[in-house]
Amino acid sequence: MNLIEEQTVNKNGYHIHFIPTKKFKTLTFVIKSKAPLNKDTITKRALLPNVLREATKNYPSRTELQLKLDDLYGAVLSVDGAKKGEDHIISFRLEVANQRYLPEKEEITEEALQLLSELIFAPHLENNSFAERIVNREKATLKQRIQAIRDDKIRYANMRLIEEMCEGEAYSIHVNGYEDELETITGADLFAYYKEMVKTDEMDIYVVGDMDPQYIEEAITTIFERDSINKAGANQTKTEKQVDKPKEIIEKEPIQQAKLHIGYRTNTVYSDKEYPALQVFNGLFGGFPSSKLFMNVREKNSLAYYASSQVESHKGLLFVFSGIAPEDYEKARDIIREQMQEMKAGNFTEQEMNEAKDMIIHYLRETMDNNHGLVELFYQQKLANYERTLEEIITKISAVTKEEVVRVGEKIQEDTLYLLTSEGGN
Amino acid sequence: MDKKIYQDIDEVIYTKKLENGLSVFLMPRPEMEKTYAIFTTKYGSIDQTFVPIGESEMVTVPDGVAHFLEHKLFEKEDGDVFADFGKLGASANAFTSFTKTAYLFTATDHIEDNVETLINFVQDPYFTEQTVEKEKGIIAQEIKMYDDQPDWQSFMGTIKAMFKNHPVNIDIAGTVDSIMKITKDDLYTCYNTFYHPENMTLFIIGNFNVESLFTLIENNQAGKSFEAMGDIKRKFPDEPREVATKNLEINMPVSIPKCTVGIKESSSALEKDEFLTKELLTTMVVDHYFAKGGEFYQELYQAELIDGSFSFETNIDFNFGYTLIGGNTTKPTEFASKVKELLLSTRNLEITEKEFSRMKKKKIGRTLRAMNSLEYIANQFVDYHRHGINFFEMTSRIEALTISDFNNFLKEWIDEDRLAVCTIKKG
Repeated sequence: MNLIEEQTVNKNGYHIHFIPTKKFKTLTFVIKSKAPLNKDTITKRALLPNVLREATKNYPSRTELQLKLDDLYGAVLSVDGAKKGEDHIISFRLEVANQRYLPEKEEITEEALQLLSELIFAPHLENNSFAERIVNREKATLKQRIQAIRDDKIRYANMRLIEEMCEGEAYSIHVNGYEDELETITGADLFAYYKEMVKTDEMDIYVVGDMDPQYIEEAITTIFERDSINKAGANQTKTEKQVDKPKEIIEKEPIQQAKLHIGYRTNTVYSDKEYPALQVFNGLFGGFPSSKLFMNVREKNSLAYYASSQVESHKGLLFVFSGIAPEDYEKARDIIREQMQEMKAGNFTEQEMNEAKDMIIHYLRETMDNNHGLVELFYQQKLANYERTLEEIITKISAVTKEEVVRVGEKIQEDTLYLLTSEGGN
Repeated sequence: MDKKIYQDIDEVIYTKKLENGLSVFLMPRPEMEKTYAIFTTKYGSIDQTFVPIGESEMVTVPDGVAHFLEHKLFEKEDGDVFADFGKLGASANAFTSFTKTAYLFTATDHIEDNVETLINFVQDPYFTEQTVEKEKGIIAQEIKMYDDQPDWQSFMGTIKAMFKNHPVNIDIAGTVDSIMKITKDDLYTCYNTFYHPENMTLFIIGNFNVESLFTLIENNQAGKSFEAMGDIKRKFPDEPREVATKNLEINMPVSIPKCTVGIKESSSALEKDEFLTKELLTTMVVDHYFAKGGEFYQELYQAELIDGSFSFETNIDFNFGYTLIGGNTTKPTEFASKVKELLLSTRNLEITEKEFSRMKKKKIGRTLRAMNSLEYIANQFVDYHRHGINFFEMTSRIEALTISDFNNFLKEWIDEDRLAVCTIKKG
């Protein structure tokens, strides 16, 4: 196998990661800005990227900024905030056509980088602060986004599960922030936080595409300048929580289909040597259509359209998601728990295990064909402070034994069951 | 096999129409880890009234058969096809749209075995009374999941408001009532008519050996026999030019109302070139005004009539077409009237030279970006092929558009009686 590798340099206050590959017709630049998840700053961090995205010093309105992007052959600029374990990460992404495919081979790479730098470090200011008008408008948008979660029942149920399960832990903080806090934020507050963020966040720059790393490095070094690397260090926050008795939360809403979500503590995180075994465990349990959950909840008992599980790798959690008829709640719950018991008892064959490994490796390799997927793959390792080549990751998955899967299963504990069901039934 | 090289975008494609009528396309991408294969039939939810193969009378099947059939093809006498792909380390899936049903997999290993599995499972139906009954519970849950999704309700609601008779106004999955009526005979009737190789395409892109994969496909197909087939006769009701309902309100317990304005783009059959020109002009014009930073977008955003959920889409097909513009809004009435007012104003607008060149640049850059995805290339290619258009010649078609094409289009684009509004809010 000849897999993609990254090259990393630390310069000008950043970690710069190059991922050279001929797979894509674009160049992708991603800046990851990391700080610990904190209830006092989260609402500002949720709002900030959207305010920055509206205007810069040289392109002082959304329209002017957008026209510039369109001129750069429809360059795509996007921003977002995400939770990884108990860290909050703001991503700034810019994707631009690789100039070798353009009709006139126009030079647009440096201009694109300039624009990305400006977006973060040279925002549009009025009276030495963010423009109140922009901040207010973005506050309204964020408020609607916070409210709209209620209308996506799968996401809503997942959010409620985490709130209940991780009560008192940073992981329960909402990634979009809080409405009451949002009301009080002014342009001046946000600008003060912005200055702190550009100074203290840990920043990584990823570049993906068919490039000459030296040329890009020079361009980045000339364009991006920061005082110092702030290395807060990986904020891995594995919680060794002993669950005495699983919580059970049932809530009702006027809905047709009930959402049954269950959260478990895996007590295993990405940097643990048992992590590959946990991936295999999840693959057998609920990761794929061939897994126990799908086969038993959906195929054998026709109880659900979807029934699957997913691992959270930084905090050490595992979630089960299913959409069921409200009257089937007990039956579905018992089947899900039974499947967990089967896994812990090692009731799976070598062949099933090997298939699960093949699927995990398949998805991993597939992710390597996606520019943003590659960035996430390498950044996940960076976050866990545990960097390996993609080849090593694959070798470790292949080497997992049945005993290791059972052993990692012994550490998994059900923490909270959350049911969102219809007002009429159950 | 016919080999074509597109130097400007660094792509090569091999094409062959097999003796049984199946169109095969192979695109090697050796730098990729994966291979994506998609086996598509020109058969979707709108194909409800047709003459079954070997018969002479029109029949009409229950709502949701195409989608039901898609589910059922995965089940065989000896088990589930997902498991077969699972054994080969591949992930399989399928989808049904208004006009197509597609079966697909992505794999990073055992490519030839996976291709054979894909072809064989789609060409080997196994429907029994019992398996059909069992599936009804699963699909009923799928339909109920959609019933709870305001986004989907808003999409289908707008389509229903626009189209009076055309079966595009029927939910792709059908209703809980309609699927209960589906029998194994319905499935076989539809299967035998629409899953003939003549009506299908196989597109494979990724990391494989072209020669050996092609031989495998050819041998596989040569080993199967299909009765001869003429053109499939489908029947569609007459559809008026204007929308069915100008305003449709749906009650759902949503926190923020949703509002969508639908433009009924066309209701009669379009010829190949007419189709492509109309599609390019419509998508580029909608994008020009409604994409972030566009003139209309800014006006709606500043007036706080839209938020981050705002989106638009255009879908032009043989005998129907629409554009949808909408999202979450706290003021649905004002949103709808503002969007309508902006749309009606386009009649008097003109695109400037500068805007025109920017629109083309953007379209070219975005097409290149989209081509990072093997799935996108395959799906787009198959879609355009259905209309007799070569997707890889798209860039030159974009280049060929003139500013007067746009300005003529704008004069005719919007009529008040072809606009419909669908609002979702708490009753």
